[in-house]
Amino acid sequence: MKQVFKRPTSLIDVPFHFCPGCHHGIIHRLVAEAIDRYDLREKTIGVASVGCSVFMYDYFDTDVLEAPHGRAAAVATGVKRARPRNFVFTYQGDGDLAAIGTAEIMHAANRGERITVVFVNNTTYGMTGGQMAPTTMPGQTTTTSPYGRSTEDAGYPIKMSEIMAQLGGVAYAARVSVHDPKHLMKAKKALNRAFECQLNREGLGFVEFLSACPTNWKMSPLKANRHVADVMVPCFPLGVFKDAASTEKD
Amino acid sequence: MANRKLVNGNEAIAMGAIDAGCRLYFGYPITPQNQIPEYMAAHLPKVGGVFLQAESEIASINMVMGAAATGVRVMTSSSSPGISLKQEGISYMAGSEIPGVIVNMSRSGPGLGGIDPSQGDYFQATRGGGHGDYRTLVLAPHSVQENYDLTIKAFDLADRYRNPVVVLGDAILGQIKEPVALKPPKPRKEQDREWVLTGCEGRKARLLKSLYLSDGELTKHNWRLYKKYQKMRKEVMFESVRTEDAEVIVVAFGSVARIAKTSLEMAREKGMRVGLIRPITLYPFPTEALQKAAGFTKKFIVIELNTGQMVEDVKLSLCDRAKVEFFGKPPGAIPTPDELFKEIKKALKRMS
Repeated sequence: MKQVFKRPTSLIDVPFHFCPGCHHGIIHRLVAEAIDRYDLREKTIGVASVGCSVFMYDYFDTDVLEAPHGRAAAVATGVKRARPRNFVFTYQGDGDLAAIGTAEIMHAANRGERITVVFVNNTTYGMTGGQMAPTTMPGQTTTTSPYGRSTEDAGYPIKMSEIMAQLGGVAYAARVSVHDPKHLMKAKKALNRAFECQLNREGLGFVEFLSACPTNWKMSPLKANRHVADVMVPCFPLGVFKDAASTEKD
Repeated sequence: MANRKLVNGNEAIAMGAIDAGCRLYFGYPITPQNQIPEYMAAHLPKVGGVFLQAESEIASINMVMGAAATGVRVMTSSSSPGISLKQEGISYMAGSEIPGVIVNMSRSGPGLGGIDPSQGDYFQATRGGGHGDYRTLVLAPHSVQENYDLTIKAFDLADRYRNPVVVLGDAILGQIKEPVALKPPKPRKEQDREWVLTGCEGRKARLLKSLYLSDGELTKHNWRLYKKYQKMRKEVMFESVRTEDAEVIVVAFGSVARIAKTSLEMAREKGMRVGLIRPITLYPFPTEALQKAAGFTKKFIVIELNTGQMVEDVKLSLCDRAKVEFFGKPPGAIPTPDELFKEIKKALKRMS
């Protein structure tokens, strides 16, 4: 009998701690599949961020270093500059990457660090209990925007993929979603391309995943999944915003 | 024969780092230590190293953390306000037990303060500085030669204890020019490398972290760190000048100790029996040396370029065994040897 589906080698065989309906588990799996695909498990150094994703070291069977809140891109810069032959990726949430770590990601991207950035955008601070994030959508209720995010007071959801696409050192920037199999396949493709950017020394590869946070959104997993498709996607358009390979062809 | 060069203090630090095998430098410009990154930018590429000017002090210390996690020798340097920004990263490095050398050529504060020399960062350097219950080894040179020698030493200590090490100088020590004897670097001793992140080829995956949430796990981690800090006590270094027959002992570190040495000679010429103890490691502090000295003199004068910081460590070391007087100059002015001599004379009169 032929085995057609199995756990990626780069993922340790333990149950995830994530809440029911959270997309981190799916995204972890996709990242691990990409590590396996390019045979990178023994070359990888992952940089964990602060937030729900900090426990990635419990799941990835690779070397992992834990970064202070927001600083993953700077930590990864140090790792990669010291060990250019290793594969280095950061795994960061929206509070980490788009708020406290904006400077670090912008400058790592602008320098074109040969790292791969996995950015999980669920429009809220998950681990700390659902506070407003820079990606929180207008009108969205959180514990620190109890009357809904007012753009007048709190500004607008920050669109990191579009910003990344403007920076010279970025080879690839895409926003994807994993709310259904069709989009999941596209996400996989985007992640592979972001990996290749590092492997081919093209520049920084950036993939933004839209992700559900049923617990803090106070929705059932199913409703949260639909919320990604119906409410988040119109606010955060999916697609490839920059691909150095296709730009070169143009 | 050692190769001698006339360089300024900042350059001597950069040269010491390269001779110690430091191959990566991450930093952000701030006066009065800019010759360190400038030297690194010019010389690291020549030895196959990496110089990177970060977007901030915060980014640079985190780059140091990332690079050091792979087992290479790496350094950052800054000055007071910049060091404040690095404290978060230093705390994480201590928590994750990642070595690294952090140079503080301090200036005056608080806040933006000024670019003149000060010893106002003593508390910050010796008390950990960042959040949590941790320690960093702190080396305080008082000459260009020591800038070079102690920077080399800092790398060895960082590796030995898997801990950040601070080299604390000031604007004077960064800017003065003196001949420095460049000693051929000893081959680097192979340390325990079982923790280094290189990708898990042929071995189990490794993890460097400072988050401990399981019951009792963090307490255990902190006790283990505490034991390590206790072991660091054996690294204590100090200089003793004419203490054998001293009636009064001046305690000073860094550039002020340098000035105090001249005052001491002036006092000796007048027949006053003055000695000097200069802590070279500020953590660990030479407590035992002071206690021993209290066996033959009961008078100590602490001189600092601040309003009184190290004096607390001197008092803690001596308890009630001796009289401790303090003379401090807040940032913005440097004492002259004459001025210190007068203060020593006045203190002696008060104490007798």
